Amino acid sequence: MTGLVYLIPAALFLGLLGLAGFLWALRNGQFDDLDGAAHRILFDDDEVVSKDGED
Amino acid sequence: MAAVSDAGLDPSAYVRAEGEGRARLDLLVENLHCPACIRRIESSLDGAPGVVDARVNLSTRRLAIRFDPALADPRALVAAVADQGYRLIPFDPRALGAESRAEDKRLLVAMAVAGFAAANVMLLSVAVWAGANSPDMGPATRDLFHWLSALIALPAVAFSGRPFFGSALLALRARRLNMDVPISLAVLLAAGVSLFETATGGEHAYFDAAVMLLFFLLVGRYLDRRARGQARSAVERMTLLDATAALVKGDDGTVTALPVEQLRPGMTVVVAPGDRVPVDGIVSQGTASIDASLVSGESTPHDVAPGAAVHAGTLSLDGALEIRVEAAGEGTLLAEIVRLMAAAEQSRARYVKLADRAARIYAPAVHILALAAFLGWVAFGDMAWQQALLTAVSVLIITCPCALGLAVPAVQVVASGLLLRRGVIVTAGDALERLAEIDMVVFDKTGTLTLGEPRLAMNGESDPDALRIAAALAAASSHPLAQALARAAGPVAVAPEVRETPGLGLEAEVDGALVRLGSRTWCAIDDAAAAPGPGSELWLARPGHESVGFAFEDTPRVDAAALVAALTGRGLAVAMLSGDRPAVAAALAAELSIGDWQADMRPADKVARLRELAAAGHKVLMVGDGLNDAPALAAAHVSAAPARAADISRVAADFILQGERLLPLRDAMSVARMARRLVLQNFGLAFVYNMVAMPLAVAGFVTPLIAAAAMSSSSLVVTLNALRLRLGRWT
Repeated sequence: MTGLVYLIPAALFLGLLGLAGFLWALRNGQFDDLDGAAHRILFDDDEVVSKDGED
Repeated sequence: MAAVSDAGLDPSAYVRAEGEGRARLDLLVENLHCPACIRRIESSLDGAPGVVDARVNLSTRRLAIRFDPALADPRALVAAVADQGYRLIPFDPRALGAESRAEDKRLLVAMAVAGFAAANVMLLSVAVWAGANSPDMGPATRDLFHWLSALIALPAVAFSGRPFFGSALLALRARRLNMDVPISLAVLLAAGVSLFETATGGEHAYFDAAVMLLFFLLVGRYLDRRARGQARSAVERMTLLDATAALVKGDDGTVTALPVEQLRPGMTVVVAPGDRVPVDGIVSQGTASIDASLVSGESTPHDVAPGAAVHAGTLSLDGALEIRVEAAGEGTLLAEIVRLMAAAEQSRARYVKLADRAARIYAPAVHILALAAFLGWVAFGDMAWQQALLTAVSVLIITCPCALGLAVPAVQVVASGLLLRRGVIVTAGDALERLAEIDMVVFDKTGTLTLGEPRLAMNGESDPDALRIAAALAAASSHPLAQALARAAGPVAVAPEVRETPGLGLEAEVDGALVRLGSRTWCAIDDAAAAPGPGSELWLARPGHESVGFAFEDTPRVDAAALVAALTGRGLAVAMLSGDRPAVAAALAAELSIGDWQADMRPADKVARLRELAAAGHKVLMVGDGLNDAPALAAAHVSAAPARAADISRVAADFILQGERLLPLRDAMSVARMARRLVLQNFGLAFVYNMVAMPLAVAGFVTPLIAAAAMSSSSLVVTLNALRLRLGRWT
């Protein structure tokens, strides 16, 4: 049972990591233009475009 | 009101400062269709001096340019994109419900937190359930798990529950009950009692039920908002396409684009041919034919000259006008119509949604039952009051309106998604419910049953030679009557050197003779001469020939007759209220076999007629187009507008039909009725589930495990039932 001492915190930490990742993506505008993102990957050149997502 | 790219106008009024010496300009790209456009637009701006970045959003068709105002001129930036062939319309994002987008995000975050908590609490709960009877897990370990669950669940409930708590408080303050009251009570009591149990080393804790309940309900609420959001962005896009900016002429003769809200009396506004008049005012220069059909419903254009009054929302067909602003914003006829509409809408606000109607019965019943269980066990059951309270709470949890919370949104999401693909946008939350109840359909005429475009009335005796010559002149003009004439005549060679006098007509030399085409005055026709038809007319005057009159009629939409027949076939009463002249209305009513029609109706008359119908017990669907119908749309039980309707009536309408066709309205009715059936079925399923679960809960047999299983399965059943809507064939 002593394994619980680190297993539970580890499980919680991983869960929190997922939540933090989702919140980061949301704040960063990753969900703002789902149609555009699907097509942008197909552009050939590596031109740098903005990371600005709030729209 | 014009697109910026057309006239090389100044979008500066829409530039917003962003700090750090940067500015931001938001534009709607009207003809953005393909993903390749993203590249073309962005690369045309990326190299430009002063541009920090340019980003196209394909989902919303918007372009955001951030630039250094010291280095870049917004006009040049807009021109660079316009040169690629794109029509740009500047807008202020603050005007477009930025608030509701923030609300979307808040809901999504609440859902994410509840989801995280539900998953992790479940992890602990499953361990407790599995180990409850095993010798390996002592009470100490169980209590530890309960404490850990509390640590996760309590902050999550406090954070994710806010949308429900807030709405429940509002309802209670107004002395009403809505669905959020039992939800909030169940969640808070479950969390509170579980905390008490945990602190006293009790065996059962319902933290998992509390957060799972929240999570499921948030999913329902998010789905609901998402469907509404899709409709909203489509409406926003169309609104932007129509009304943008007014062109204001300064004292020095320069023309700048200003948002309509910034116009003041005394300014001079320029209206180009084909543009809408943005203000109420007096014409100071120029002549034109004015199409006032949006405001008055009258389909025949009338002519204006300097000194004439024009109203906001009317359309200049052929002439450039300068208008001195008399009233803008609140003072205009347009604003008057908006007020009329707001007053009419009040009556509709009394409609109670199905879910709230269910809540009115459901919430008190559940609360009384829980109380009865508590008092019953304490008084007659020999139970300690803590145990009795736990039983009462389990009654609240097991009867939790989880399935009820999903019953309506799940159906509505599926239904509005289904309709969106058929070109029908559902704009109001309860629109489908109201549409399912109607027993009468009232149509507007111009622009609704008809296309709002004139067509040459073909009568046998018209002289082909006259038609050919008239068309040769007409082809040079952009006036809708002239264009209809040219279309009807087929391909003809355009006469050379056609001169157009706005508001009057055209003249040109044809075969050595001076020929005129236009109004009666223009062709010097006696007012007493017989009109060629009931609608609009054009006259052709040639030396040595008798003058020829051409009659025009409005084209009915291709499926207008089919729709009327389909509606009548379903036993619905069909009526037409037109602002047009009786002769024109009668002709169309006969063509579409509508027996019940009235003409010469002003906006207030239409509202009064709809009130009469409502008082007689009819539930009316109003289908209308244009500003003059906006109050009528708001006064009806439920409303629909074709997509080309003026922006304001779109916002007022519950359903928006995209495209030229009307028949999707029939599909919308089928879907609405099926949706209503499914919602009622879902309520029935939830009820049956409660009937089974409630006695168990009252008897005190419900453990956290049973609560969790019952909750998930009932939600799943309700969602699956909603999906059946997609299986139907809607033709």
